[in-house]
Amino acid sequence: MDDLLDGLAAAVRLIVTADAELIAITLLSLRVTLTAVAIACLIGLPLGAWLAVRRFRWRRAVIATLNALIGLPPVVVGLVVYLMLSRSGPFGVLGLLFTPTAMIVAQVVIVTPLVASIAHQAMRELWAEYHDLLISLGATRRQRVLALILDGRRSLLTAALAGFGRAIGEVGAIMIVGGNIDGATRVLTTAIALETGRGDFALALGLGFVLIALALIVSGASHWAMRTERQSRW
Amino acid sequence: MIRTLLILLLTALPASAETMRMAVTTSFDASGLAEVLLPEIAAETGIEVQLLVVGTGQALRLGEAGDVDAVLVHSRTAEEAFVEAGHATHRREIMYNDFVLIGPTGDPAGIAGAPDAAAALTRIAESRAPFVSRGDDSGTHKAELALWDAAGIAPEGAWYRPTGSGMGAALNTTVAMGAYILSDRATWLNFGNREGMAVLFEGDPALFNQYAYLPMNPARHPHVASGAAMAVEDWLTSEKGQALISGFTIAGERLFTANAMPAAK
Repeated sequence: MDDLLDGLAAAVRLIVTADAELIAITLLSLRVTLTAVAIACLIGLPLGAWLAVRRFRWRRAVIATLNALIGLPPVVVGLVVYLMLSRSGPFGVLGLLFTPTAMIVAQVVIVTPLVASIAHQAMRELWAEYHDLLISLGATRRQRVLALILDGRRSLLTAALAGFGRAIGEVGAIMIVGGNIDGATRVLTTAIALETGRGDFALALGLGFVLIALALIVSGASHWAMRTERQSRW
Repeated sequence: MIRTLLILLLTALPASAETMRMAVTTSFDASGLAEVLLPEIAAETGIEVQLLVVGTGQALRLGEAGDVDAVLVHSRTAEEAFVEAGHATHRREIMYNDFVLIGPTGDPAGIAGAPDAAAALTRIAESRAPFVSRGDDSGTHKAELALWDAAGIAPEGAWYRPTGSGMGAALNTTVAMGAYILSDRATWLNFGNREGMAVLFEGDPALFNQYAYLPMNPARHPHVASGAAMAVEDWLTSEKGQALISGFTIAGERLFTANAMPAAK
């Protein structure tokens, strides 16, 4: 219990004093995760909608695979991305290992299946509702996907937020491909792992509270921007 | 507002100074020595050293793959094999500290009065007191295995618990279980969560722990920053660098003793 209170105190101290290092690693956490989620949405949302609209032979297999990939262990993703980007790996010449870009790549791989799967679930129900209307209007496949994405934007926001939640709290993959380098690739989660290793539980917990606050702010801000969850509208 | 945020998020951090990547063992960073040396290196040589804090085994793997420019590790046999294989140009000794046996202050196995490290480990094994092993192929893990070997014991059974984690994480596990562990002195002194635990055995020459610096071989990996790696080696072995290493203390205790030989490669 004392440790928890010390952690809260550490969080307050870090925020009140606007600790320069805390700000740097928080901004890097945001930069990596938001970029990864944006890319995952660009791939995952249309993919989810397309899977809902389109009927083809391997559709069920693709959807099952997608759902299974949600459970992909981040450490394995990290290791595979590491081997790809290592100087001895196929993309070694790019020199991307231990950079924020490498962390973004790993997070895109982790988050995309989740975003696509949730988007697909939401779009499937919407499509059941819109099917007759869109077909009778003679909408092309492209227009159908666009209409679904536009009208299902709130469910898609949920998909994006779920992706954000998975990415912002992730530590296994980015530790391997980022290396937790002070001033270069250290983010909130890897800093928490480091402080836990040093036995400084108060600071580790403090950083944890900052991370939770950050997730709350992002989720609140996106609901505000999309005007959802208001009293008069559903 | 959104635009500034986007620019902030998408632009890469400027790489201002010359940088090099060095894989170091956990003790170098966890002891706090890195925080003293790195700013000095940056100020005097203009080189920003980026640290990858891993175990000795993984550090050598990173070096072998060409993902770091130099390593600072502590496992002589592994290092010599590494140079032999041509991954590094040479091995330069920088400093040493020592390992200590940590355990619950009550000392259920009674290792405090043991004549040497092997005897202390034998007492732990005989009393079946829980012992946490790093189990991660790090320098400390290798040193621990060598000590068991010297004691003529093959540690196994429910009391012997390899965790496969770094020094700090293994210490946290040890504290929670009230177990024994072999740790480097520096990490222990700088460790925050020491509840009910103390150094119970120390001082045997077998616990000597030498750190060495190995710059990667540019013939093997043309992209390595070997100029920067050499400059950092020169700085670490310079009078100033050596004095800073030996002068680093926590609570009045010296953590590392610098012992680099003057340049004669």
